[in-house]
Order: sequence, then structure tokens, then C-alpha cells
Amino acid sequence: MTATDAFDCAAIGVETSNAESAHRFIPIGKIAPPVLKQRGQREVFCGLTGIIWLHRKIQDAFFLVVGSRTCAHLIQSAAGVMIFAEPRFATAIIDERDLAGLSDANDELDRVVTRLLERRPDIKLLFLVGSCPSEVIKLDLSRAASRLSWQFDNSVRVLNYSGSGIETTFTQGEDACLASLVPPLPASSAEAAPALMVVGSLADVVEDQFARTFAALGLGSVSFFPPRRSTALPTVGPNTRYILAQPFLADTARALEERGATRIAAPFPLGVEGTTAWIGAASACFGINRDKVLSVTKSARERAASAVSRLRLKLEGKRIFFFPDSQLEIPIARYLSRELGMELVEVGTPFLHRQHLEQELAMLPTETQLSEGQDVERQLDRCFAANPDIVVCGLGLANPLEAKGLTTKWSIELVFTPIQGYEQAADLAELFARPLLRRQLLAA
Amino acid sequence: MQLTVWTYEGPPHVGAMRVATAMKDVHYVLHAPQGDTYADLLFTMIERRSARPPVTYTTFQARDLGSDTAELFKTAARDAYNRFQPKAMLVGSSCTAELIQDDPGGLALALSLPIPVIPLELPSYQKKENWGAAETFYQIVRKLAKPRTAPKDDAAKPSCNILGPSALGFRHRDDVREIIGLLERLGVAVNIVAPLGASPDDITRLSDADFNVVLYPEIGMQAASWLTKNFAQPSTKTIPLGMRATREFIMEVTELANIDATEFLKSAEADTARAPWYAKSVDSTYLTGKRVFVFGDATHAIAAARVAHEEMGFKVVGIGTYSREFAREIREAAKRYDVEALITDDYLDVEARVQELQPELVLGTQMERHIAKRLGVPCAVISAPVHVQDYPARYSPQMGFEGANVLFDTWVHPLMMGLEEHLLGMFRGDFEFHGESGPSHLGHTTPAPLASSEVAMAHAAALEAEVAIATAQSAHPPIAEGNSIEAVVKPIGPAIWEAVAERELAKIPFFVRGKARRNTERYAAEHSIDLITLEILYDAKAHFAR
Repeated sequence: MTATDAFDCAAIGVETSNAESAHRFIPIGKIAPPVLKQRGQREVFCGLTGIIWLHRKIQDAFFLVVGSRTCAHLIQSAAGVMIFAEPRFATAIIDERDLAGLSDANDELDRVVTRLLERRPDIKLLFLVGSCPSEVIKLDLSRAASRLSWQFDNSVRVLNYSGSGIETTFTQGEDACLASLVPPLPASSAEAAPALMVVGSLADVVEDQFARTFAALGLGSVSFFPPRRSTALPTVGPNTRYILAQPFLADTARALEERGATRIAAPFPLGVEGTTAWIGAASACFGINRDKVLSVTKSARERAASAVSRLRLKLEGKRIFFFPDSQLEIPIARYLSRELGMELVEVGTPFLHRQHLEQELAMLPTETQLSEGQDVERQLDRCFAANPDIVVCGLGLANPLEAKGLTTKWSIELVFTPIQGYEQAADLAELFARPLLRRQLLAA
Repeated sequence: MQLTVWTYEGPPHVGAMRVATAMKDVHYVLHAPQGDTYADLLFTMIERRSARPPVTYTTFQARDLGSDTAELFKTAARDAYNRFQPKAMLVGSSCTAELIQDDPGGLALALSLPIPVIPLELPSYQKKENWGAAETFYQIVRKLAKPRTAPKDDAAKPSCNILGPSALGFRHRDDVREIIGLLERLGVAVNIVAPLGASPDDITRLSDADFNVVLYPEIGMQAASWLTKNFAQPSTKTIPLGMRATREFIMEVTELANIDATEFLKSAEADTARAPWYAKSVDSTYLTGKRVFVFGDATHAIAAARVAHEEMGFKVVGIGTYSREFAREIREAAKRYDVEALITDDYLDVEARVQELQPELVLGTQMERHIAKRLGVPCAVISAPVHVQDYPARYSPQMGFEGANVLFDTWVHPLMMGLEEHLLGMFRGDFEFHGESGPSHLGHTTPAPLASSEVAMAHAAALEAEVAIATAQSAHPPIAEGNSIEAVVKPIGPAIWEAVAERELAKIPFFVRGKARRNTERYAAEHSIDLITLEILYDAKAHFAR
């Protein structure tokens, strides 16, 4: 927590030995923006929060957090509203007796899982999700997962990952979840033709739009990961060309590469430009030329560009400040800056994956102030000093900032709302235009 | 390990946050990982507070565990003191930090800060939110309260403290205003309200009061007992929830304050209490014997059951609480209504009990609101935990005379809504009022098509509902057939209805039709009757006639 303001040397092309940035910097042809790193209080969710959208995406999966009452309380509070039915997630709350003896804790976990699966015969995939307490007491959930898989005779696949706040921040929970789902993917045959895999959970409506576009491009074999049902796992192998739909999937990418898959480098499909580049990169990999891409996407592009241009009138020149949250900050900032003419005051991200964000960083204005990690108090000081037109921040900060006269956008909505692709480009801009419009209306 | 879907209470450190956030000039340094910062949104989003809770989290990470998390804590505490300049500091651990045993109390004392530092030991793996709030408030009082210095002025008005109200409490803000008004009209001065709005300096002056009014025993009782023992301050026991309890509360206060309130009681009731008259008025007749299920924290559940039974003329068919600490009190209350108490913090147990009892009104927390919504039963919220809509912009106390009026309105309105829903159901198939015909006063036009976004939203809502129902059904395996959702909406008894009897049932007024069906099927089951004929329908009616 000492005041170690450091401009990351990696960012200007010097190799770093900092263990935190495990990903070596790859020169990207232009000087990347400087990165401010401070260590202090991080006002962010932990990876358990990902369960809220992951359980809607994988429709036959159940997420069992092995944790404390805090974990259970976090998930229900972060979800904001309770789902009417019994949800497909729950917490096995560790109590004092479990702490007294770990062998008993394992027996208890088996008992809880057995009871759960008896109640829910519809569950085909069970994730045991590690938490801060389970990590600290070193409860071995991977052994528990294989023990339980065997016990249920493989009628239910039991996997494990950690969503703990000492290891993961918010969307990194999805990364950990998907990485755990990579080893069970069936292997593609040795002579299989190259196939595209889109990686990262997208709203079903967005997924269907992309599937139609790829079909129109003649890109026949496309799979989406995670799948909607665990019984329809895509195959993976050296023929797999994967493209990330989300910027926070470092471990998943590594796991796919261990299975022989190759990453297609691209910006992320946010905004018209980003979506075209993303589709274009995937198409190029399959020998589909740029003209074909432009003709197939023509009507969607034009429709999106016209919708975005109307929002540009409201957002152009507005100054925006991002608190770190989902790792979506940099691609969104790129879109808001290039297509809507917004001015980037500070773009915070909980973690900066240089390799996956290579193209994105190159598209940012050179002088953009990036920050990685957080000291929330000092970041608030900077925010008040800069007095931006709109602040992107978490739920804990939004009302206090509004009360001080700043306009805010809840970052969690950027994760829950379909924002990728052409048809959603204007929706994404609208998320920022609405708070500004509202303040204007109420001030009038 | 306990399998938990939804929890009624957060961990004990959230209770401590409720106390810290309620107070002024107090800062809480919490040794906790980053995910625990979610708790801020409880206050800023659910309660819509305009300031961040006064809490600093150390947000240690996995890589810190090998090095020095203790140093991280000390830095955080020192920085928090310098930045926020509090007049007292609370220090403690959340569940994860409890496991690494860094001793925040010892570490903070070693910093020699020029303010009182209050270490909190809140065992996360045993205790819960309300306990944490009570313990925190007790530790603050114990550490800061000082004996009275100046002798009591005999000419001064009698005075009291109000103990228990906190941040994120159910209507605490409005209850406090209502009770302060009541006490002042009685001629009792309010010395300090705590923890809500109190500063550490205020806590030192608690002993200036003659007695304590404990509004929320879950949070204030432990501190009040300490004050009784150490400063000889007696406390009130009655919770002024409902008309009768408010009158009893006034009697208790007048005894403690040594004043006479006979005249006041006459005027106050005449002035502000409409609830008793509304309950007596003829259109409340239909409230008679309504079957009510009550669940919440013990204080609110016991009080709500009493109001339901004595002041509304309802029938209490079940009562329960999630606070195991108050199980004994709830069991005693249950005896009064000749029902079995439900002591559980498992939402699924509560849902099963509601399904089994088939009440006509549920009085509960926001969990019960969801249960009731799913089962199509009217519901009013009477206790924490509550959601954002239960922090209304308007003045809406639960306690005192105005509180009694609010209880009448909020409990009766969902029943009105229930009637309207039946009316809609009754007219759904009507030849002139069916859904597809346009509003009759606009002539015979077809209704305007919904805007596409509305269609999409309606579609999405329908899908969500389907998913919810599908999940609900799969949640209850085949053995629970009699317990399924279907059973509540339209009970399927073992007996079969003859068509003519079924048609006769349809002629019975809609608001008693459900009950008639249930009673007839129960009668058939008890008499081993397989086929419900017209005769059986009327036999059953006679059998159950009151």
C-alpha cells in the first residue's frame, strides 16, 4: 500500500521483470499509452459475481460456491434482484466445524452436493467454485470434483474453479470458469478442417447475429464457447482458430492453446469499427477477402453507423473517466473516443492484458491516461479534480458521486447488457448518453 | 456446511458496517479481500445513501498472503486516519481475514492513534449480521460511555435515549422521527439517538438520560443491558408496533419517567389514529379471519402477529423467524395462536411452509415477497431484509400511532389488489370485456399494436416467467406433487370433480371459490370419497359452515 506511483516501463517497449505482468510486452508499432499503477483499496467485485451471467448462459449448469456467508450475501446483493425461482447457484457455507477438520469438510461437501443433485436431477454440469476462505484453508476442490464425478458415475460432470477475491477480479471469474471447461472439450480429429471458435459469453441474441453473419460469409464451421448446454461442448484441436469476444480471458486462451488452438488477433467487437475488424480478422483467417466481408455486412454496418451518428451529437466532446471494473474499459473507451468523439480523461482497468489488447491499445489516442489496479481514494481525488462529464464506476461509488454533482454510468450494466456487434453499437453509446440526458432534464 | 440459496442476514461485519455507517465521525478499517467491498452497495444502492460508508478495506490479495498482510493492515489504518480524521475507529476482520489471524486490534493499537480504537471480534463462521451489529454497538458503548458527571437537575424534564436504530434498517429513519415526536408530546426529552446519527462524543453522554427506549432489541438490547448494569438506566421492553403496543409503550414510558399520560392517550388516539376506526368500518368486514403467515426478525414478526390477530381480525396460521437468537420468544408467541413456530434461515423451508399453509396474506421480508409472488399470494413487507422499494421517499413509519395507520394501509392494499386480480380473472373470458377488445369508451376499435420494444420486453418477461416456472417445477421432485406450484394455483386433490359439481363451483363468488374448492377436497379426502358430486359439494359446505 506504499505510494508506488509507477509508469509501467513495459508500456514503452522495455521488457519487464514484474511478476504481475506475466505477459511479455510485444512492440505494437507505435508508442503505447503510459500506464499508472497504484496500490491501495480496490473497490471491485470478486470473480464470484460472474456466476450471475454464467448460470444464465450455460442453461444446465449449477454453480456451487464453497465459501462463507459473505459469498452468499455478495452474490444475492450484486445480482440486485432475486430471481423468482430457485436459481441454479447456491453457496455451501463453511461453518466452524468445517474449519476444525478438513476431512470433515470434504465429507460435508459430499453430503451437500449429494443433497443438491438429488433435488436437481436436471443438472448436468456442476461447478464447485472456490472462494477466499476455501482458498485460505486450502480446501482442495479439484480433488473433490474428481471424487464427486466418480461418485455420480459421470452422470453429472463436476468441475472446479476459483472465483475468490484474492485471486480474481469480477470478469476474471468467467475466465477461470471457462478455463476449467477447456480440458473436458472433446478433441477434434487430426484431419479436421480449420474451424472457428468464438470464445467468451455473449448474450444469445448477439451470438445468433454473429452466427448468421458468419454463415452469410460462407464460414461453415463456427462454434461458440461457452455453449448454451453442457451436453453440446465444441471440439478443440490444432484445427481450431479461436477469436476472443471478451477481453478478460487470459487463462482460457492459454488453456485453448495448450489444446493446440490458435488465436486470431483482433480488436473486440464493440462499435461499428471494432465489429468489422473482428469479423474481418476471423474471415481473413479462413481466406474470405475484405470485399466479401464489406458486402455481407454492408446493411448492418450502415444501419449501425447511422444510429451511432445520432448519438454522436449527444456525446461528442464529452469527457469520460473510467474506474476499473470489468476489463472492458479499454475497448469501450476506444469505441467512445473514435466513433463518438468522446474525450478520455482516465481509463482504469483492473488488469491489463497487453497481448490480447494489442490492437485496442494501438487505436487509443496516444496521450490516453491508462491506469491498472487501483487505489480508490486517490483515484477519486483525481476524478474530482478532473471533473469529467461522465464517470463509469461500480455500484458502491455511483450514488455518492452523483450526490457530489457528477454524472455516472454503472459499469456492471456494461456486462449485463448485450453491447457487442453492429445492432448493439448504438445501444452501447445510449448507455452513456442516457445519464447525461437525464441530468440535463432534471436540471432544466 | 449449510446449503444456502438466499440468505436473510449478511455476515457479522456487515452488521458492524450498519452501525459505523449510521454514526458520525466513526471509521471502520476492515481487513478483507477486494470482493468484500460489495457491501458498500447495500448502503449506496439499496438504502440510496448519498455518501460512501465510512469503511476502508485492506483488499489483500493472494500474493500478499505469503508476505505481510499485517503491514498492509497498518498502512490502511494509518492512511484512513489521516484521510478521514475520525473521532473513533473500529477495526476488525471479515471472514477471510479471520482465518489468517492478523489481530487487527493489536495492530491498530500499536499505531498509537490519538483517538479511541475499538477492536471488534466478530466470528464470521458462527454469527450473523444482527449479532454483529449488536456486538459492535455494545463495544462502542462499553468503550466510550462515561458515567454522569453533573448531578441530575430535579426541575429538568425526564429524558431518555433511543437505542437500536441503524443504517439499512427497515424504516428506522421514520420510526425514530415518530417516536421522538411521541416522547416529546409526552414531555420526555430525547437525550441521544444511537447508533443512528450519533457521534462518539454523543456516546460519552448516554448516561445523562434517565432511561433507555430500546426500539430494536436485535441491535440495541446488549448495549442497553450494559447501561442498566453500569449506569442504573432502566430500559423499555415494549416495542411500539401497532395501536395497542403503542399505548402499552406509553404506559411503560410514563412509569419510567414518572409522568401522567391519561389525558394524552385520549387526545393522541383521537388525533392521529385512524387505523382502529378503519378496522371497524364495514368495508373491513371482508378482512375477518383472513389467514396470515408471518415471518421476519423476531421483534417485527411477534408484533405483526399481534396486530394481525388483535387489531385486524386476521387469523395467524403461521409465525416464524430467521433469528435463532430469539427462537424462544417466537415459540412463546406461536403458542398464543396455537401454531407451530418456524425457526429457520433456509428460504426453502419457509417456502415449503407457505405452500403447505396456503395463507391468504403473507407478512414477511423481501424473501417472502418473492415466495408470495411466485405462489400468487398477496404480501406486505414487515421486516428486514428489504429491497430498494422498501426505503420509500415518503414518511412511512411502522411504529407509533402513525405507524399503526401505515400498517393498516400496507397490509390491506395487497388484499385489495388481490380482489382486483380476481375481477380481471372473472372478466377475462367475458364477451365484451375480454383482453382483445379495445377500451369500450373509445368505441369498437382494435387496440393499437404495442411498440416493438414493448413487445420484446413482454416477450422477454414471458420467457423469464417460463424459465422461472420450469426451474421451480424441477426444483420439486415428483414426490412433492401435492406441494407443487400447480397445487397452490389450482389444488389437485385425489378426488375427481364431476362436471356438474365443477360448474356449480364456478357459480360461487370468486373470492371464496378457492376456499370452497379446498374445503370440498379436504372433506372428500377425509371421507374417502373419490368423486365429488353436487351432493358432496353441498355436504362439504354444510360441514364447514361457521
